[in-house]
Amino acid sequence: MTITGGPAQLSEVEQGRRAFRHQRKQRSTLVSMASTLAFAAVVWFALVKSPGWPRVHQSFFDAATARAALPQVVDGLWLNLRVLAYSSIGVLVVGLTLALLRTLRAPIFTPVRLLVRAYVDVFRGMPLIIVLYLVGFGIPGLRIAFLGRVPAEVLGTVALILTYSAYVAEVFRAGIEAVHPSQRLAARSLGLTYAQSMRLVVLPQAFRKVAPPLMNDFVSLQKDVGLISVLGAVDAVRSAQIEVSHFANFTPYVLAGLCFVLLAVPTVRLADWFTARLAKREQAGGVL
Amino acid sequence: MTVELREMVLHAVGVHKAFDGQPVLRGIDLELYRGQIVALIGSSGSGKSTLLRCINLLEQVSDGEIFLGSNDITDPRVNQDEVRRQIGLVFQAYNLFAHMSVRQNITLALRNVKGIPAAEADMRANALLARIGLADFADSYPDKLSGGQQQRAAIMRAVALEPQVLLLDEVTSALDPELVGEVLELIRDLKSQGTSIIMATHELSFARDVADWVLFLDQGRIVEEGPAAEVFGHPREPRTREFLTRLLG
Repeated sequence: MTITGGPAQLSEVEQGRRAFRHQRKQRSTLVSMASTLAFAAVVWFALVKSPGWPRVHQSFFDAATARAALPQVVDGLWLNLRVLAYSSIGVLVVGLTLALLRTLRAPIFTPVRLLVRAYVDVFRGMPLIIVLYLVGFGIPGLRIAFLGRVPAEVLGTVALILTYSAYVAEVFRAGIEAVHPSQRLAARSLGLTYAQSMRLVVLPQAFRKVAPPLMNDFVSLQKDVGLISVLGAVDAVRSAQIEVSHFANFTPYVLAGLCFVLLAVPTVRLADWFTARLAKREQAGGVL
Repeated sequence: MTVELREMVLHAVGVHKAFDGQPVLRGIDLELYRGQIVALIGSSGSGKSTLLRCINLLEQVSDGEIFLGSNDITDPRVNQDEVRRQIGLVFQAYNLFAHMSVRQNITLALRNVKGIPAAEADMRANALLARIGLADFADSYPDKLSGGQQQRAAIMRAVALEPQVLLLDEVTSALDPELVGEVLELIRDLKSQGTSIIMATHELSFARDVADWVLFLDQGRIVEEGPAAEVFGHPREPRTREFLTRLLG
């Protein structure tokens, strides 16, 4: 990047400063490149020279197995994507509802607030895998006639919504509380009802504030959809597992893992970009 | 001389307010007539802001009654949102909605409280903004405006609903001295249009100029009240004299 701006004819002092900064920047770029390369070389060397490397290479990074397993894993990934879509919508709706119930102040809502708090405590504390087992094997165990046979992926989606709503409810609540009370007062003073001031003034500002942490939870959900495989749903992880036993080679796991990483990268970048944009808007100016 | 028939817009009787047992207002009586300005003066913590917030029902009175026209608005059975719509409040820190353009700030309540169609609400907002010379800023966001511009837009947001009473809570206190004038000019303008106003203020010389009636509050009580000329010109109470000398020199 070249430094631009300033008068057309730069003073000698400024020219000197710019030359110095340019030189220092070049040097630090060189140093960081060299150190990165050195670190990569050390890791690579340690890996390749380890006694078990040939075997690990063969059973985890086998190109032929990867090619053979790819169609099944990608098929499974499609199921993950559908589960992701349904559960993120479900999480947003349930999470926002819980957060709104928790902000109700009137005394008659005290039982509702306590229930929401208990819900959040339970589902934030309980490991997702246990929720999956309880929902995945418990609900069918009830033998409720009109439900019929519920597919494993649907039960998995329910379990994901239950757990993630608890997290997202807390994120939304923090966002609502971060909007300065004066905004709500101004809305109410104009005659807007509680619901209107929430919907038109508080929530739009809260959404902006919590977008980065929400995206973080989304990334986390993106990989946790792989856990529905424990209920027997044939998703990317379960497909990989089937291929692993078929080929007696672990490469399909690595392949499935890579698929999830590729899925997460765009979301992570988007979240970073969005956070940076918010930060820029809030603290304009300054070189630090 | 004919007897002037003045219509009382707002009437407070014996208003008390306590926060956690701490009394802030101890029996305030206030009468506001149509088209007049009542100024509340007194040091910080004397209860001026609390009184305004009680009138707008943002705070619940601990005792006493407040009548808007002939309706007791402190009656728990009244529709509070309906009352607030008829009593505008402008805050010291403007409190414009940060996520909306200046025009949207004004049209929000027009559309959602008064049910005016979007196109007409926009036209009204444009007219109001033109009146205060902010037509060019209609699509700007509040943080791009100076404090004086924000405060004038905030006043117009309240005025747009055509309230029976406009409450101004130290609307110039957060402004740079050079920006105070434009806001005071707008208040003078509103008065000439017949708006009924109750203002808490530290701008004593402005209060002396425009107010019809002045209340001097100290520790939640009215120490002295009367026509502006009298309270400022010939204060009877020693507390008032002390306060005025301290601020006016």
